[in-house]
Amino acid sequence: MSQKEPLFSEKNIKLFTDPFNNSNPVTVLVLGICSALAVTVKLQPAIVMGLSVTVVTGFASYIISLLRNTIPNRIRIIVQLVVVASLVILVDQILKAYVYEVSKQLSVFVGLIITNCIIMGRIEAFALGNKPLPSLIDGLGNGAAYGMILVIVAFFRELLGSGTLFGFRIVPESFYVKAGGFYENNGMMVLPPAALILLGVIIWVHRSINKKLVEK
Amino acid sequence: MNRDSNVYTVLYAAVLVVIIAAVLAVASGALKTPQERNREIEKKMNILTSVGKAANVDNEDDKNAYVENEYAKYIVEAFLVNANGIKTDGDAFNVDLKAELKKPEKERLLPVFVCNNNGNRQYIFPVRGAGLWGAIWGYISLNDDFNTVYGAVFDHAGETPGLGAEIAGAEFQKQFSGKKIYRNGKFVAVDVIKNGSATPDDYNVDGITGGTLTSKAVGKMLLDCLSNYKKFFDVQKQNN
Repeated sequence: MSQKEPLFSEKNIKLFTDPFNNSNPVTVLVLGICSALAVTVKLQPAIVMGLSVTVVTGFASYIISLLRNTIPNRIRIIVQLVVVASLVILVDQILKAYVYEVSKQLSVFVGLIITNCIIMGRIEAFALGNKPLPSLIDGLGNGAAYGMILVIVAFFRELLGSGTLFGFRIVPESFYVKAGGFYENNGMMVLPPAALILLGVIIWVHRSINKKLVEK
Repeated sequence: MNRDSNVYTVLYAAVLVVIIAAVLAVASGALKTPQERNREIEKKMNILTSVGKAANVDNEDDKNAYVENEYAKYIVEAFLVNANGIKTDGDAFNVDLKAELKKPEKERLLPVFVCNNNGNRQYIFPVRGAGLWGAIWGYISLNDDFNTVYGAVFDHAGETPGLGAEIAGAEFQKQFSGKKIYRNGKFVAVDVIKNGSATPDDYNVDGITGGTLTSKAVGKMLLDCLSNYKKFFDVQKQNN
């Protein structure tokens, strides 16, 4: 292991890609569901949330991995929380400064990234026992995979619930009953239960494609 | 070094916290200017929306410049009003309404914004109150008869999405236009009623189905906040 590993070694690539399929934090490990329900009404906040979580998981894993040989075991969790919390505050401040509208939509959920089980999960399970670079890749991969699920859910919720994507109208105004057409938005799609149902469907589809995930 | 010793643990925690505090302080200092600018633009945007201006903001490339421009064009005056309804000097735009409302009524200095809408004047009053889960606030504009509502805009900190949060939606807000705040000379503000629980008239608007508590809070907020301006209304009406 003393030899320097290339950045795009097979192992590192697998660290990044595995969360998208075999060990997806949302659909396989069922972590981070709370925010997946809350911020997926529209695509834009879902993407910003996904990016924020990716940045926080990546850097939290990296920093904890750098510190892993110095952290006193008894205050291990507190140290992790402090690092994660500061990263989240940083992200929140940056969002407030540069994408104010989105930060208003995400409101408390940015702060609640701290409680996202994926972050602490990756730190405990991976970053504490691995070198900084693989930890960074692992964190980014898990965050991005979480973001991917958010985007899929938000795509359907925005399309079916509001008839728009990224705020652009997809279903023409003239289709609506109000304008003499036949179409109504599905009101349930804007409420949290719809996200739960969609997640269930995604897990079902995922498992029917990837048979390895099906419990015997 | 023994990583499990008490001294190491305490020192480690102390050093970590100091480093992190420094990082966060620097970040907060560096980002303060754009954040305050965002809040200022949002406030101007809200004031303009309450008189139906700046409606095209979503189609503008440079939103900030557009909002500044519209604000400079339409909002011709901003001043403070004391408990006797007399205009007072002061920085109306940066008044902390929350702090003012906590003061005893006699000491309050409340802001008023005046919009010049092609010769017609509207007076814009900020309102603030408690919703179901957190603060709610907004701006309501009156015609210069100080009775007819011209427009209203509301926002909230954390009302239930899809229910109470709909007070921030255009459907709810546009109902206020044309309502009256005095019924036969008695100050009533605009009441927000439960769907079908009273006859719709000039003095009430429909609440949000499923968001009754938030809707009622809006009604209470209007009554509480606008009543602070009653003296001002009287003074202005006499001058007219």
